[in-house]
Amino acid sequence: MMANTDFHLQFQEFEDESNAMGSKSQETTINIEKHISKPQKQRRVAGVTLPEEENDPLETDDKTKLLSGQKERAPFWTFEYYQAFFDVETHQVKDRIIGSVLPWPGKNFVRVYIRNNPDLYGPFWICATLVFAIGISGNMSSFFVHHGQPQYKYVPDFRKVTMAATAIYSYAWLVPLVLWGFLAWRNSKVTNIVTYSFLEIVCVYGYSLAIYVPAVVLWIIPSEGLRWCSIVVALCLSGSVLVLTFWPAVRDDRPRIFIAITFTIVALHVLLAVGCKAYFFSTYDTTNTIKVVEPVEVNKTLSAIKAH
Amino acid sequence: MAEVEELNKPLFAGLSDVSIAEDIPVEGDITVPLSSHGVDDEVSTLDEPVKDTILRDLRAVGQKFVHVMYPKESSALLRDWDLWGPLLLCVSLALMLQGSAADNQNDSGPQFAEVFVIIWFGSIIITLNSKLLGGTISFFQSLCVLGYCILPLTVAMLVCRLVLLGSAGSVSFIIRLVVVTASFCWSTFASTAFLADSQPPNRKALVVYPVFLFYFVIGWMILTFSPSH
Repeated sequence: MMANTDFHLQFQEFEDESNAMGSKSQETTINIEKHISKPQKQRRVAGVTLPEEENDPLETDDKTKLLSGQKERAPFWTFEYYQAFFDVETHQVKDRIIGSVLPWPGKNFVRVYIRNNPDLYGPFWICATLVFAIGISGNMSSFFVHHGQPQYKYVPDFRKVTMAATAIYSYAWLVPLVLWGFLAWRNSKVTNIVTYSFLEIVCVYGYSLAIYVPAVVLWIIPSEGLRWCSIVVALCLSGSVLVLTFWPAVRDDRPRIFIAITFTIVALHVLLAVGCKAYFFSTYDTTNTIKVVEPVEVNKTLSAIKAH
Repeated sequence: MAEVEELNKPLFAGLSDVSIAEDIPVEGDITVPLSSHGVDDEVSTLDEPVKDTILRDLRAVGQKFVHVMYPKESSALLRDWDLWGPLLLCVSLALMLQGSAADNQNDSGPQFAEVFVIIWFGSIIITLNSKLLGGTISFFQSLCVLGYCILPLTVAMLVCRLVLLGSAGSVSFIIRLVVVTASFCWSTFASTAFLADSQPPNRKALVVYPVFLFYFVIGWMILTFSPSH
């Protein structure tokens, strides 16, 4: 074999020599890097570091820390500053949504899925989807409830959408703000190993609302048992993801503090779910029945007067 | 290689010896062809009858309507964007979707302002979203495309109103459902054909989903419209 390559070296010009040397150097690099896992080797060869890593989160932690330290942020009045928050791809968003409904005790949602690349796309559009889902489901459920009544005229209630939007967006943005402020204050007193930035908390809350979209669609079916069942399932899944995410940030604190924080997180989550269901799916029915009863009674009194 | 070098040598050999005397006068005439073309255009559009101006704009809008109804890879919508068509469509759709008259106590249907705000605000948000995700399309081009692609839904609204004039039973509901679903799919497909090319390939779904949501909400408003009399 070696004799052949020597013959080629003699016969052809300089370029082949460099080719032969190149292939030799590739062989040597493959030998050296054999013990490194395959995706990492591919990443190094490609020269691109992906923020996602399923194999070794510990190994690439220093890399991501380096990246976060070197990430340059444009000034906040330029468009590029906000473009940095939309630096996600389709499969990343899909993985984050799936990860927000699977609470795994070992995997922290922020560490595994967000990895120093919090995005605003997910929280914003999941909240928008949820707002419209609540509006549409609420109207459809009241339509089905009153379907048989002759006097009922279906009118889509538009104010629901506005109120749902206010409630959901304030939950998804104000609660992370309060939580971040509280954690920062506690961090100044008791140094924690794990700290989250404001955008990461917004990301966690936004993606945790994703499970409510199918739950709200299920609320169309006018069966109380099914509605409560879907609420409880959604609450358990997303609430446990939230608690598991914030547990490492507060466990070094005094027991009273972390019990209080955990309880508050869960309580607010429950309040949002039950509040939406109670307001949009029950009260509307009772007010509409009142409106329906009045014209029927008027007709009855009119017919009674005519009969006399 | 060596032969080429030898050929080149005599051509450039004496370049270093060239020098220009400084006292050679340079004079002559420069004639610029009169750009009367542009001047004539301005004069003509000022002098032409108003009917011609309006018809020209209407024809441009109509041509874009045709491009929307048969979406293929044409750049007319993107190149010569205008916002007249979206305004026309938005106003007509909002007028048709307007809720009942003021004497009805149940006036919680969408009012003109609500529909108007939803369409324009929604288009702006989707445009911002696609630009933030790294799209190469400009702001007004995207507004133009989104506005023009409401045309199938406006046609569906017209059809729904005509169907509702006849009857309001479940047969008409099924007809309306089919018509609105078809036009919603058409709108989404048409706008995707124009918008998706300007995005990097691994983010196309992220850009298409808000457009889907936007037309879904408008389609929902059309489907649940019920006239009051």
